[in-house]
Amino acid sequence: MNRTVLDLWVGFFVAISIAALLFLALKVGNLASAHLSNTYVLHARFDNIGGLKVRGPVKSAGVVVGRITDIRFDTASYEAVVTMDVDGRYRFPKDTFASIYTSGLLGEQFIGFDVGGDEKMLKAGDTVTKTQSAVMLEKLISQFLFNKAEEGQEKK
Amino acid sequence: MAESSSLIRKLGHAVVDRIWRLGFAARFFIAVLQYSGPSFRRLPLTLREIYFSGVLSLLIIMVSGLFVGLVLGLQGYETLQRYGSTEALGVLVALSLTRELGPVVAALLFASRAGSSVTAEIGLMKATEQLKAMDIMAVNPIARVVAPRFWGGVISMPLLAALFSAMGILGGWLIGVVFIGVDDGAFWSQMQSGVDFRYDIWNGVIKSFVFGIAVSAIAVFEGYDSVPTAEGVSRAITRTVVTSALTILALDFVLTSFMFRGTS
Repeated sequence: MNRTVLDLWVGFFVAISIAALLFLALKVGNLASAHLSNTYVLHARFDNIGGLKVRGPVKSAGVVVGRITDIRFDTASYEAVVTMDVDGRYRFPKDTFASIYTSGLLGEQFIGFDVGGDEKMLKAGDTVTKTQSAVMLEKLISQFLFNKAEEGQEKK
Repeated sequence: MAESSSLIRKLGHAVVDRIWRLGFAARFFIAVLQYSGPSFRRLPLTLREIYFSGVLSLLIIMVSGLFVGLVLGLQGYETLQRYGSTEALGVLVALSLTRELGPVVAALLFASRAGSSVTAEIGLMKATEQLKAMDIMAVNPIARVVAPRFWGGVISMPLLAALFSAMGILGGWLIGVVFIGVDDGAFWSQMQSGVDFRYDIWNGVIKSFVFGIAVSAIAVFEGYDSVPTAEGVSRAITRTVVTSALTILALDFVLTSFMFRGTS
């Protein structure tokens, strides 16, 4: 086979393969969108994180404002320490409430920021002090059952 | 008594034979790496092999990718529909293709399409004593024949796997969005939020690169090691396909357990 024709075909092959990779990177993956350009780190301590995962989203008013980068267990206080990368465009007041929510009934868990009214803002490396743990469905159900049982006894 | 001792002897012989072949294969692999300088200095040699193993596999890879994507779209929709979350079809198709099916199925196809032909070519060269003739002319057959074919395969494989995944996702989109009517925006946005570039796509590329090395090494080795007869070459080709398939699946398990070990 002619050398130039062969080179042309190999070039064509490499070009469409690179186009496929670009398609995967930009259209399928989140290389373009999820690149939080300049982020700052926040920590939060929870009694119970439920099913929270690293790389999970941090949301405020439903908008993704950051990602969870690390989850550790603190043996001094027996709490879970969650580290987050928060988008540098967004600032939150000092009394922001960090709670663990579940999206939908069976969906993934995420950290939700409920913004307070403090004038001072959280700085990089700060710890969110006001937190609410994940809701354990089992605990809720047992509480409900005990309450019902007590009500029944009072009536007698 | 005599029968059982001969059985043990045969078993021992088979084991020693396998280990001997493994050692020979490792030595051969080192030699290929050692003599792969010329396949980059004289690029046309490698380009020719990329043409034969990469460009000529384009059609089968793209068509299979498309069909795998179509089937994934149909089956995924069937199951997701029961839970009322058909928008997650995009994530399902994209994750299963970029993480597993793209690299693995493309590598299996590549082994049977390109690996077998490389084995046949080298095996026939050996049977017709072309390799010996080169040796006599002071041309190293590993540098001139084996290494370019090896590198051609290694370079082609990740590119083919990326094409396979891309075609499959297009196939899933075709079935899900165009024919069944899943919402177009939700399909792509759920996919983008669910697929991470470094974690999912890049690990898939690494996988296909490793598979490319494995398949190419097996193909050139089986060809070089074949018994130089018509029957020997045909056996070598069979061994290439079987060994490659088993190696790909075993490697896939090992790589997956390293890469996707749960994130929490």
